[in-house]
Amino acid sequence: MSGTATIVPAPAGDAHPPPDRRRLSLRHRHSHGHSHHRRRARPSTVVGAMVVAFTLAPLVFLLIDAHHAGWQEVHTVLFRARSAMLLSNTGKLVVIVCATTAVVGTATAWCLERLALPARRLLAALVVLPIAFPDFVVGYTWHSTFPWIHGLMGASLVMTLTSYPLVYLPVRAALRRADPEAEGVARSLGLGPWETFWRVTMRQVLSGLAGGCLLVALAVMAEFGAFEILRFQTFTTEVFTEFQFDPAAASALALPLAMMGLLVLAGEAVVTRRTHPTGPTVSRDPVRVKPSTSAGAGVLVAFGGLVGLAVVLPIATLIGWMVRSQRTTLPASTSLAHALASTVGYGAGGALLATVLAVPVAVMAVRRPHTLQRVMERGAYLVQGLPGVVVALSAVFFTTRYAYRLYQSSTLLIVVYALLFLPLALVCVKVSVVQTSESYAEVSRSLGRGPLASFALITVPLIAPGLAAGFCLVFLSSVTELTATLILIPIGHHTLVTQFWAYQGAAAYGAAAPYALVMILVAGIPTLLLNNWFARRATGATGTTGTTLPVLT
Amino acid sequence: MTQLGTPTEAAAQPSQPPEPSKPPALRLDGVGRSYGALTVLDGLDLTVADGQILAVLGPSGSGKTTLLRVIVGLDRADAGAVHLAGRVVDDRHSWVRPEDRGVGYVPQEGALFPHLTVAANIGFGVRRGRDRTEAVAETLQLVGLVDLAGRYPHQLSGGQRQRVALARALAIKPRLVVLDEPFSSLDAALRAGLRAEVAGVLRRAGATAVVVTHDQDEALSIADEVAVLRGGRFVQIGAPADLLAAPVDPDIAAFLETGTLLTVAVDHGRAVTPWGDVAVAGSPNLGDRAVILIRPGQIRVHTAPQQTGRPARVTGSEYRGGVSLVRLRAGSDDDQDGPDLLAGSDEPLATGQAVWIEIIGPISAWPAT
Repeated sequence: MSGTATIVPAPAGDAHPPPDRRRLSLRHRHSHGHSHHRRRARPSTVVGAMVVAFTLAPLVFLLIDAHHAGWQEVHTVLFRARSAMLLSNTGKLVVIVCATTAVVGTATAWCLERLALPARRLLAALVVLPIAFPDFVVGYTWHSTFPWIHGLMGASLVMTLTSYPLVYLPVRAALRRADPEAEGVARSLGLGPWETFWRVTMRQVLSGLAGGCLLVALAVMAEFGAFEILRFQTFTTEVFTEFQFDPAAASALALPLAMMGLLVLAGEAVVTRRTHPTGPTVSRDPVRVKPSTSAGAGVLVAFGGLVGLAVVLPIATLIGWMVRSQRTTLPASTSLAHALASTVGYGAGGALLATVLAVPVAVMAVRRPHTLQRVMERGAYLVQGLPGVVVALSAVFFTTRYAYRLYQSSTLLIVVYALLFLPLALVCVKVSVVQTSESYAEVSRSLGRGPLASFALITVPLIAPGLAAGFCLVFLSSVTELTATLILIPIGHHTLVTQFWAYQGAAAYGAAAPYALVMILVAGIPTLLLNNWFARRATGATGTTGTTLPVLT
Repeated sequence: MTQLGTPTEAAAQPSQPPEPSKPPALRLDGVGRSYGALTVLDGLDLTVADGQILAVLGPSGSGKTTLLRVIVGLDRADAGAVHLAGRVVDDRHSWVRPEDRGVGYVPQEGALFPHLTVAANIGFGVRRGRDRTEAVAETLQLVGLVDLAGRYPHQLSGGQRQRVALARALAIKPRLVVLDEPFSSLDAALRAGLRAEVAGVLRRAGATAVVVTHDQDEALSIADEVAVLRGGRFVQIGAPADLLAAPVDPDIAAFLETGTLLTVAVDHGRAVTPWGDVAVAGSPNLGDRAVILIRPGQIRVHTAPQQTGRPARVTGSEYRGGVSLVRLRAGSDDDQDGPDLLAGSDEPLATGQAVWIEIIGPISAWPAT
């Protein structure tokens, strides 16, 4: 999965009924109040606004940069024949991968949710695993095993196998929320099984499906590494190439890329807004149909094929390369340890910063839900539509012009990680803040603790699970981030990602394999922690039902 | 039970008269609060003497919670002033932060800190050290939860949680405790018991308290004084017995469920009811139509024909703890239509049974609008 654009939208954030509607609605009216002493903005709003401004910075720098390059240059770059080819390549791939992931993701979700299959839990765990595999690692395993796999076909295959969980997860969540009785009622009204599936079941999962497909589109548009390996050119790969030769052209090309990303993001907002979480009022056990022996065997064979291609093959290839080149080209363990240490350091730094920054934005959006605050909060998600390469470019532009000391520093890389993945942290923290009633902090105030002490002693421990989840999510995304890392890594430093990239670029497949395996392992630990957290949340320990969980790469 | 006009627990306990030297624990002077065009609190005046329990009684949307939040300091009044123990804590020029007010706050559902034990919850507002240990032990004793000190909130029952929330507020030795609908989340069976217990704890602690509620039984049983809030204004403030005896308008009479309200004709100072003419108390300027209140205690029911009694029949009967609560309709004929009168009877009566009733005047009456 590429670094950016990888959350399943959490209508959760907005769909959660606030703990006390009456009080909130009163607050809302309060926004029109004109009393003299209420002008002073809340601290959470001030800090939140600063964070949102920070997330919007890349967009601003991008425009300034294009302006510096001159609109003439922008015009030339955008309207040459090559740009048409890139646009067509990108468009074709987005359409193909959206279609294939929609079919694979929906079919997988339906089978696991509605069929009584043997080893259902194991299958369910296996089919989400690809979400922990970086796209460029999967691209490398395919290309190194079958060198004839490349171009549009190869890119479609690799992106389908790594991205289908983005559709599978929201569709499965929608199926679980949907009232299974509706299907029974449709059958009793005379509809056949296929008609029921199209007219009733699909209707219920449509918004989840659309939201998932939009995320797939963002992922495809932002992908760089896998396409570079498979020799397939899109806007993102072109921006990266141009960056090495003609930075002005790169920022000109980044403009339409950013625009496409923001368009897709707007589409996502429309789709998720229309989601009505109308689940069954009473939660009941899902109804699972036992398929006939032959149909069941067919489904299992299909699952076997999917897991074989998406999970077993990448892992087996990596291990195969390591075994084959054991004595000759394996990297020294010290080099691996050094790369691992800096990967963990940068990842943890970015994760910590993103989580800390997410807190004021979440508190602002949940506790003071006026129009302004809502708009600002949505603004923080805009960065999600920007491919990593675009954000990295704007960081380069800013530091080379205004803060040269930061250019190619560890600090900059950490800040860019935090910026890129802030939306992920925000989704997690927001869920926790929504579930934590404000009255705890209010009681603490009445008991004599000031606002800061109340925040530290009460609010922070209560939202700690969300903070931990946000940290994990950003960490595992940073560990597998490729483009921004390649552009911003301080000279003389290496991470697992840069080492892997260097070796595979030199066709040293055996030397690259250990870095990929360690990367998957390091990213896998937070994935496990996250799964645990979500599973505990989903069982309703906090009493909330129907939570749509943010899921991630 | 208030329908029967029985004296309430609180009414039996005389309220302590304030010492002249001591300022009232809470005073509101024309407190107002609006949200844009919506006025939630509209010029409230109120005095709560030291050691008194005051109930603010009002339907939902009457501004009760906003009033509490203004007193605690979680919201700010935009008109008038709030005084705590003689000190201004909120007016146009100054405002004291909630943490500096010393007002114990028990929100709806308690809001116990879920990550802290019972003891840590109670000790939260007390300074670290020997004082804290002592205060926690003392307060646990007061609410009778010594055995539960090490438990977490999710291991407690609803009633226990409310008691811990009250203990946590009392542990800081507050000038005033405010409770927001403290019993609304509990089921009816628990409510009455906990109500008496909370009232007992508050009195043992000598605390001054403001309890907000929409339940008239709760207000009348727990409080020394009841302030009825409607549309952001206090429409009547008084001791429970006074409120029951002389509601200022028919709406309050209806809200307190004091008896049967009817709109009837008035002739020469007497209300013309289907059960005969009855003398009207007080105000003679009623015009020719009035809303009257007939309390169950003003109705005498006879099972045998009586000279002074009017015929009626029983249309409904509910036997509760030694008395029957019955509905009576005028006349002896089953098809006869008309209003039902709520009355009490010592002996069980069957539906359809013929009875003879007398209404003992004078009854409360207000001009019909």
